[in-house]
Amino acid sequence: MINSPFVRKPASVQSVMLQVLLALVPGIAAYAWFFGPGILVQIALATAAALVGEAAVLAVRGKPVALFLGDLSAIVTAWLIALTFPPIAPWWLTVTGTLLAIVIVKQLYGGLGQNPFNPAMAAFCLMIVAYPALMSQWPAAGQLDARTQLDLIFGGARQIDAITGATPLDALRTALRSAADPASTLHGLRAAQLMDGPAFGLIGGHGGEWVALGYLVGGLWLLQRRIITWHIPVAFCAALFAAAGLLWALKPEGFASPLFHLASGGTMLGAFFILTDPVSGATTARGKLLFAAGAAIFTYVIRVFGAYPDGIAFATLLMNICVPLIDMKTQAPVFGHKKD
Amino acid sequence: MLRKLFSFHGGVKPAPHKDQSTLAPIASVPLPERLVIPLHQSVGGHPRPLVQPGERVFKGQRIGGADGSLSSAVHASTSGLVRDIVPAVMPHTSGLTTLSVVIEPDGEDRWGELDRVNFRSTPPDELRDFLRDAGIVGLGGAVFPSHLKLKPGKEGSLQTLVINGAECEPFITCDDMLMRERAGDMLKGIIAMRHMLQAREVLIGIEDNKPQAIAAVQSAIAASGETGIEAVAIPTRYPAGGAKQLIRVLTGIEVPHGRRSTDFGVQCFNVGTAYSIFEALERGRPLISRIVTVAGNVDAPRNYEVLIGTPMDHVVRLAGARAGTDRYIMGGPMMGARMPAFDVPVVKATNCILVGSPALFPPPPPEMPCIRCGECAKACPADLAPFEMYWHSRAKNFGKAQEYHLFDCIECGCCSFVCPSHIPLVDYFRFSKSEIWAREREKEAADTARDRFEFKNFRQEREKQEKAEKLAAKAAATREKVGADGSAAAASSSTAPAKPSGDDAKRALIEAAMEKARQQKAQIQPKNTDAANPAVQAEIAAIEARRQVSATNPTDAPPDGPPSSGA
Repeated sequence: MINSPFVRKPASVQSVMLQVLLALVPGIAAYAWFFGPGILVQIALATAAALVGEAAVLAVRGKPVALFLGDLSAIVTAWLIALTFPPIAPWWLTVTGTLLAIVIVKQLYGGLGQNPFNPAMAAFCLMIVAYPALMSQWPAAGQLDARTQLDLIFGGARQIDAITGATPLDALRTALRSAADPASTLHGLRAAQLMDGPAFGLIGGHGGEWVALGYLVGGLWLLQRRIITWHIPVAFCAALFAAAGLLWALKPEGFASPLFHLASGGTMLGAFFILTDPVSGATTARGKLLFAAGAAIFTYVIRVFGAYPDGIAFATLLMNICVPLIDMKTQAPVFGHKKD
Repeated sequence: MLRKLFSFHGGVKPAPHKDQSTLAPIASVPLPERLVIPLHQSVGGHPRPLVQPGERVFKGQRIGGADGSLSSAVHASTSGLVRDIVPAVMPHTSGLTTLSVVIEPDGEDRWGELDRVNFRSTPPDELRDFLRDAGIVGLGGAVFPSHLKLKPGKEGSLQTLVINGAECEPFITCDDMLMRERAGDMLKGIIAMRHMLQAREVLIGIEDNKPQAIAAVQSAIAASGETGIEAVAIPTRYPAGGAKQLIRVLTGIEVPHGRRSTDFGVQCFNVGTAYSIFEALERGRPLISRIVTVAGNVDAPRNYEVLIGTPMDHVVRLAGARAGTDRYIMGGPMMGARMPAFDVPVVKATNCILVGSPALFPPPPPEMPCIRCGECAKACPADLAPFEMYWHSRAKNFGKAQEYHLFDCIECGCCSFVCPSHIPLVDYFRFSKSEIWAREREKEAADTARDRFEFKNFRQEREKQEKAEKLAAKAAATREKVGADGSAAAASSSTAPAKPSGDDAKRALIEAAMEKARQQKAQIQPKNTDAANPAVQAEIAAIEARRQVSATNPTDAPPDGPPSSGA
């Protein structure tokens, strides 16, 4: 028996996910333009692995496979994994990471809507702990041609150290640590001077800052489409800017500028696409602000004082843990119970 | 004049579908063959029938008397013959029946004697009784007895009387057409209400998608020369017509769940109620008809003035139901209720008969899991977090659902409307509420039973004790008496003749009691012949008579007669 309402807005999980995928396209296009087609191969690999893994578990669980594959949520997870893993990661690394995300982090917790952790970020954390070297090798923009990238993804022998470097975030942190060391040749140089190399662009990494701009454009489109609200992106960027700005203002020679932090690494991807995952994120307005600000602080701390190329994945998982408490404590007063 | 308006959180904008049914004026409906008038049409008690089957009634004659103060009278909608008073299927999704008066119209549509009342010279209590007996209830859909709401708060006066002409549900236009065509009379009803409530200002809230209604009401106000009454255009956003939402929009006041709006200096009535109050006071006509929108899967959507008790399909026929009609919905597509049959009667709550078809209202796509996207919370006009309540309702964790203010939910349907996972959220909340009510009733029943049991134990204990005390006292008295008798017998030695006479009296008493018991038994003995037809009954009577004779004179009984113990 169907009860009221008898009319519905033409909305679906599928259309929400499709719009998220579309919003990723500008960033992906910039990525492929500056860093070569490796990323497209990674996206294809992750997508295939996600669909196969999801279909297999759905079949085992006795769920309608076509209905749930059609919701496109597995593909969103796959694309986020491809975009956060190194573009020259060997194929099995991407496939294993995607299967971990879909099978264990998502489906074993009950599938769509039930996972307490962001599947893509959980996969990133697991793989970076398991394969720290492979997960930390990033080519600079324009450094590797398509052929080399494909060899690295599918080929056997890897002489990665010779041909690839670290992310700009990693590079700058290492350089800043060297600059603080009196024995180093870089001693006494400031962040601005350290960023003079070909790996760096106008405010972030060379090429990477354009990818970030692509994510920003897509994210703003999601905001305009009301798929996401402003709370998480604004709170994340503002808190990251504030944390970076505070230390930078105190000691400009020892820390990267807040703008560098906004334009580098996964900041924009995290702000608009990762932390905004509704399933594992906070849901109340105040909760979203707290959730994103907390993630920004953790991200900054891990970036500056940790040993990983970026801190967003760990920060996301740490804040995912806090979500039930945040949501419970930030429920807005309901109609007629406000104290205004 | 521009008034500062307030806003409520959330809301949705479903397609309005209001144009088609406002093209033609309100039409009348020919008398149906039969009117089925449920006695219970308002919130509160079940009115008791005041007529008998076979009785002739006038139009407007009271056929159901209000049952207590939270109740309202019911009237014959036309003159005719009361055919029956039987339980009939009521216009409710459950398909349950309710005691209804079936009237066969005589075609004369003759009014009885009509009492008019001057509201200015009549004491408020009498006015309220008058309105209760005129069957005036809220016509916005809640059908709450209006006389109870026409009391000013503790201060004896009210700041704002809000008149609800928002009509936010799609398809429904009965209030729109009422305001366009009868604004002047409606205004007279409003003036009477203002007098009863001693309200300082009157705000008539109308959604801005009804410019003609707004203009009509404004010109009626201007023509009346009244001050302190204002027609206010409010933004069109469902559910702006919810009483709490409208009060919020017009005054900024949020009336919490479970509180009276008069405590906040506000009272709210539907425009249709205002018109029916005018009809009752100035024309003496009780509430026997209302304007009903017929829309949806029909050729010519339109508004009709429909007598209460008219079968819905009788009205729909006039608008021309199209092929594919699979259901009638009473109310709009957002909050309306699916009817259990096509011939259920129009009642005071029927603002719209929405004719549905699978093409017009397709079944929702398959339900997906909640992804906590928060669209429902964004749309909720009560500022709730429906996805949290859903989570706990689904787990039957009703305590938690209540912590998330389940009972503040007004069941407007916005959350279900926007949910990208197509979850019937409102259904979950209706289910949870009814479960909680059922559990509370169960708990109450259990508490009562326990109290009763404990009292019974106490009473039995007390009786036992009293009996024991009585017995002890009696025994003591007997002992004393026997002792006294013994001494007396010993003294007189003449007790022997007294004893048999006592025994005789006892025997006579026993015999009398046995005789009485026999007679009672004969009286209550059921007969297996009661259902037989008259001819058989007569035969049986003859046999009985013969048996009586034979029983009194056993020697005269014929040898082949029935055994006298056979009855």
